[in-house]
Amino acid sequence: MNGFLKELLRLRRGAWEMVASTLIALGVIMLMQPFVMELFTYSFIVTLIGTVMFVIVSHFAE
Amino acid sequence: MTDASMDKIARATPAPMARRIRGLSDRTIAWIFVAPSIFLLLAVNIFPLIWTIRLSFTDYRVNRPNREAEWVGLENYQRILSDSGIWSTMQATAHFLIWTIVLQVLIGFALAYLINMKFRGNDLWTTIIVLPMMLSPAVVGNFWTFLYQPQIGLFNYVIAFFTGADPASFSMIGDVNLAPWAIIIADTWMWTPFVMLICLAGLRSIPDSIYEAAECDRASKWRQFWTLTIPMALPFLMLAVLFRGIENFKMFDLVVQLTGGGPGNTTTLTSIDLKREAFERWRTGYSSAYAVILFVTVFGLASIYVKALTKVKER
Repeated sequence: MNGFLKELLRLRRGAWEMVASTLIALGVIMLMQPFVMELFTYSFIVTLIGTVMFVIVSHFAE
Repeated sequence: MTDASMDKIARATPAPMARRIRGLSDRTIAWIFVAPSIFLLLAVNIFPLIWTIRLSFTDYRVNRPNREAEWVGLENYQRILSDSGIWSTMQATAHFLIWTIVLQVLIGFALAYLINMKFRGNDLWTTIIVLPMMLSPAVVGNFWTFLYQPQIGLFNYVIAFFTGADPASFSMIGDVNLAPWAIIIADTWMWTPFVMLICLAGLRSIPDSIYEAAECDRASKWRQFWTLTIPMALPFLMLAVLFRGIENFKMFDLVVQLTGGGPGNTTTLTSIDLKREAFERWRTGYSSAYAVILFVTVFGLASIYVKALTKVKER
């Protein structure tokens, strides 16, 4: 966990890609889940942030 | 090309043009070759995408071209993301997507595994299995409609044969609970061969020497399957999931032909709903916002999937 946070602070690609991927996956689950309407409402913004973040952080150093 | 023919072409080139070509750098010549592709990419992909994003912030209606489109900001997005109808469409799409991928990967891999065991008539069986994916989705939709007919459909008779139920007592397309499964079965029938072909390529790329070494180490067939076959075929399986996932997220033709999105809205997938918004209700701005939401979702999923695929390949 400590190593992961250090990688985040050092702007390393692996850790940030993990954060972006988690956001995208979370957004898609929120979009398609059948339980809470509010989650559906905020799903797009979560997916969008994750996707834009993924495109940016994939240019970070390993 | 031989030197003689190159000389012939060089001599045939008019002197002013030859002088001009000689004056161009390698980089410029490379750009001249690449430019048509870049132009096409911009015209066919990038420009429509940017135009759609722009339209998604307006109330433009394509059936009223003379009316001035008004800038509505994020209103279209707000309306879509608080619409319970679209929410249920997303759930129908998720149900279709998950089950088709699970069934196609399981059956496709099993078929590939069987075909990979070399036996008599192997090529003939491969050809027969691959036939459904060569058909048009409209044709497949049409004949599955006949197969699902409660009175004359073969599907109902097969189910009746195994369960003892009356063939006319249930309708795959007309029943709210069965219709989602009707489209899953038809899509699985059509696209499992595609997954099988990808898996077969993966299985055939595993060298026999690895299995021979495993047999020398007295590894059982079961252990060979889980520790050799599956890990080495995994990149191919993931590729199949990526292709089918993206394709099925956009699924339109087969479902329209088979159920038309009904009964009610039980089989209305996002692409069908999007088409209705864009070309039946003519809400172009609204449907553009809808398309942007779907695009971002597929793009995001494809990004993480490609990353995972690269990691698996590197192992």
